[in-house]
Amino acid sequence: MEGLLEHPGYDGEKLRRVSEQLPCREVQAGMLLSLMGEPQQYCYPSLFIYGHRASGKSHVVNVLMKELELPHVTVSCVECVSSALLFEQVLLSFFGCDAASLLPRSPSLSDFVRIYKQRTSEFPSKQTRYIVMEQAELLRDASVNLLPALLRLQELDNVSVILLSEIVWDKFRPNTGCFEPLLLHFPDYSKAELLQILSAGRNSSYSAEFYSSYINILLGVFYTVCRDLRELQHLAALNFSKFCEPVAEGKETETHKLWKNIEPHLKKAMQTVYLREVSRSELSSGFALHVLPYYSKFLLIAAYLASYNPARTDKRFFVKHHGKIKKTNFLKKNEKTSNHLLGPKPFPLDRLLAIFYSVVDSRVAPTASIFSQISSLVTLQLLTLVSHDDQLDSPKYKCAVSLDFISAISRTVNFDIVKYLYDFL
Amino acid sequence: MATSSFSRGCFVFKPSAKKKKKKKTTVDLESYFTDGCEGAESSETRFKLCLDLWNKIKTETEDLQDELNRNILDSLLQFTRKCSSTRRHGNWASQMRASEIPTAALVLGVNVPDHDITFQSLSELLRCSVTPHVASLQAKECGALKHLMKRVLERLMDAVVDDEEEEEEKEEVQHSGAPLHKSVHCSLRALCDWYSSKTKKSSCSSSGKKRSSSAVDEHQQPPVVIIFKDLEAFNPKVLQDFILICSRYLDRLPLMFIFGIATSPSTVQRMLPHSVSSLLCIELFQSLSCTQHLTTVIDKLILTHSFPFKLNGKVMQVLVSIFLYHDFSVRNFIKGLQLALLEHFHSQPLSSLCCRKKEAQIQLQQLSAGDLDRIRQLPSFNRFLKEQDQQEQDNLQTDDTYLKEVCQKLLKGLHKYHKNYYPVLRCLHTLTSSLPRYPLGKQIRELHLICLEKNVWESEEYQSAMKLLKMLAKDELISLLQKCAEVLQPVKSKKMKNAFVQLEELLDKFKQLNAAAELAPSVEEKLTCPVKNLQKKTDLFQLQKTLLEMNESRRAKRMSPFEVLRNEAMEFVDGLVKNHLSPPESKPLYEVCYYSSSATVRRHLNATPRTSIQAALSSPYCYIQNDSLKSEDGSVSNAAPDICIAHKLHLECGRLINLYDWLEAYSTVVSAAEGNDPDPDGSGKMDEVKHARFIRAVSELEFLGFIKATKKKTDHVARLTWGGC
Repeated sequence: MEGLLEHPGYDGEKLRRVSEQLPCREVQAGMLLSLMGEPQQYCYPSLFIYGHRASGKSHVVNVLMKELELPHVTVSCVECVSSALLFEQVLLSFFGCDAASLLPRSPSLSDFVRIYKQRTSEFPSKQTRYIVMEQAELLRDASVNLLPALLRLQELDNVSVILLSEIVWDKFRPNTGCFEPLLLHFPDYSKAELLQILSAGRNSSYSAEFYSSYINILLGVFYTVCRDLRELQHLAALNFSKFCEPVAEGKETETHKLWKNIEPHLKKAMQTVYLREVSRSELSSGFALHVLPYYSKFLLIAAYLASYNPARTDKRFFVKHHGKIKKTNFLKKNEKTSNHLLGPKPFPLDRLLAIFYSVVDSRVAPTASIFSQISSLVTLQLLTLVSHDDQLDSPKYKCAVSLDFISAISRTVNFDIVKYLYDFL
Repeated sequence: MATSSFSRGCFVFKPSAKKKKKKKTTVDLESYFTDGCEGAESSETRFKLCLDLWNKIKTETEDLQDELNRNILDSLLQFTRKCSSTRRHGNWASQMRASEIPTAALVLGVNVPDHDITFQSLSELLRCSVTPHVASLQAKECGALKHLMKRVLERLMDAVVDDEEEEEEKEEVQHSGAPLHKSVHCSLRALCDWYSSKTKKSSCSSSGKKRSSSAVDEHQQPPVVIIFKDLEAFNPKVLQDFILICSRYLDRLPLMFIFGIATSPSTVQRMLPHSVSSLLCIELFQSLSCTQHLTTVIDKLILTHSFPFKLNGKVMQVLVSIFLYHDFSVRNFIKGLQLALLEHFHSQPLSSLCCRKKEAQIQLQQLSAGDLDRIRQLPSFNRFLKEQDQQEQDNLQTDDTYLKEVCQKLLKGLHKYHKNYYPVLRCLHTLTSSLPRYPLGKQIRELHLICLEKNVWESEEYQSAMKLLKMLAKDELISLLQKCAEVLQPVKSKKMKNAFVQLEELLDKFKQLNAAAELAPSVEEKLTCPVKNLQKKTDLFQLQKTLLEMNESRRAKRMSPFEVLRNEAMEFVDGLVKNHLSPPESKPLYEVCYYSSSATVRRHLNATPRTSIQAALSSPYCYIQNDSLKSEDGSVSNAAPDICIAHKLHLECGRLINLYDWLEAYSTVVSAAEGNDPDPDGSGKMDEVKHARFIRAVSELEFLGFIKATKKKTDHVARLTWGGC
């Protein structure tokens, strides 16, 4: 194998295993290793690794840490809703439970530093400790002093912080200034690299060549639209059984014929790249249309009209004898852009109800259940509440459904919505 | 300290207090029922009947629900089992997807109130047969990630978290009173530790272990199922974060999600970005639609003679329209049924007869004189009375024992009527439900409603349906009649047995006809011979004559044996309908079984807050039952509450109301009520108390949304309602 990792201070066997697990990331791993130095040597205080999704950032770091048995803690910033959780996890994995329990109720950064210092003087480590922070971009939302402090944590002890993020460092830099970490970029995998990695996950009951020919076909189809390793893995797993069908029946072994066989399936899968199973079922389209109560449908229609028609045109649409408001007058002074391009506009509850009462064909009493239907439409996310939750007085809504959806709904209740839409006059 | 002990005291004593209350309420239920109920003497038996019936309805609906959900629940269970088993010794494909959290997307429809029962039975089933670790979450209790975590941990670890929390809380009150700090307890790491200790695998707790090693003792690894009851209502950010966190622990914690979706599966994509949804391996499940559910419920509870309690057409209409127009909720439909049941037994003293035939006979014998008088006053009984001769009428009016005898017969008749009504209704529905444009409705409930309202055979729809039926092709007709026969077969009543026999005979005839037609297709030939004659004639007059003859003969001969038989069959059906599908109002004593106050049901189930506020303001008597407030022709008495007077006065104003004028008017009215001269000393000074009362009334009106402050004119308020005097 080319590019075997070599570094003094580490067991050759371990390094071999590491490089086995990190195909196509030898360069980055080697770089990291040389930055880290030998286990007892001080590393650079903080490293910032960035690259797109599924470019192997966490994988490389985790494999290095685990295989080389370095003292480390991996923290996901999503999980740490408060900095307390972060401190606790760090202390817990470096010094055990009793250290973590020393933390006060809502610890500040200085509490953490104090305990860390105290502990590290009691249990000094020969090796560099590593704190790996995944999804580090969330640190920007944490308290202002957390990120700068983490970056220079080495002042306490032989410890390094590795930040992993999908965002470039420029977006992190706090305006008060801070210690600059060492930046390390993980580039996207090339097509050949993808081929190599995907082929590694082969099915043990088939030969490596067979599987890599399959991956080759797969990449040929999907590489133009999708370079995400994880999505490709998903697609590979999904379509492989189809690919194997003729082989299992003992008919085909020729790659070309197999390609002919799999092509339509892959073409179909092309429609739903990035959309997982959910969208594959036929159910998804037009399911919700027929399953709303009668008045809810009309409420939704009224909401749509209120969202997409300017309020001043209501008179023309909903007043029976609207006098001399001519179409042309309206069209002349109207704005050039279509309301459908601008998106839904908020409207008050009163307007919704007024339109509702005029579009619904029978007389409806303003019962409590009409109002509760509005709020259930909000929970179903067909309407959105624009004003604040607490505002009881004339709340404002927006309609959150598409024209296709609403026209299908109005068809079920025999309501010609296009006739009432200002854009289609 | 004091506060903590106080709160603790609350926690300790609350459950026992609750228990006491519960006991009391169970005892009190009956007295609630009897309180203010008409005909108090029989209220006890009526209460018992009502409870019995309600329990029966409840168990029946629960069974039905289980039955209906069985399919989807079974497939869900299978899914969970499959997930937990492939996790352990999976093939290649499942290993490729090992990093994904198996997720079942359960599409349940918009009838959210009904979902609770489904989820309840689902989690029970899961607990019994798959895993003890099931947590179900509702959006409203998971506003933030912290709360979501806490709920998950609470539900999975049961009381464990609770205790700690409480202790923590105590400590906290003692220490600082800072917001709850539960980092030690509320993280998935804690859950992992708990899980591994539960499954008794100490090796699991070290994070280095991988999936492959956990396959060693597979049976001790039941999945952890988390149910999100209403996915749409969850905060997307919270959900995304939670899924991200969960996926990090997947190798140590065999997690599984179930999403309850009300609208469409694409919601998942709308709520979760690709980076999150790619962590899920979603499978879709779809439940039965709520209209189908309602149909089965109506079929089981209403279209059957085994429940003596019935709804009349209007009440039924109200319940069905609430379902169709407002909520699509079967649970609410059943609640409505319960309300009607309760109201019926509460308000109708004769409802003690609304039970099974034998019990009804016993009850009848125990009726008091007052009850018998009530029977005599029933409109349906009066109608029956008028049909009898004078002698009979006198007997019935005076002789109580004779009346009881007659009533016994009438009750029997009513039971028989029900026994025959439903099978015939079903027959008619099977015949008409597939006709073009559904003249008698697609659903059997529509037909039922028509039949409850009036004589169905007099309606135009029925006529047109019959016409269409008389045009049916042979095989269609035969299959429909066969279905009818299947409906009639299991019915035990005498008349239905007869009808079944007749129907079978008809079917036999049809079959013979089939056989005969195969033997002799001779009809065609006969028709062709006059045409041959036609060719010979040359005379115009003759030609016309023969053509006319031909026409007539054709019309007469058109009736093939099949057509004759078809007409016979239709007449048979028509006869059945006329005999058995008359509306219940025509039956004497129908009031015993039928609940008819649709207004009450509507008022209770479909509340109109605005109308009631209006009513309260314009005629306070209907809420405050005080005789001095009684007033005729819609005017408000001057002794009414201040707000009513102010409301009445403001109705007389235009868009803008001058506050001072309003105050003057108000003070005049109120002083008149007190019997004082409005302005005794002529100084124009307002009584301060009256002034304050007026201001309060005005601000109440503002609060209710009748007026609002305006900047158009000083000292004025704007009216927000139209109309008035």
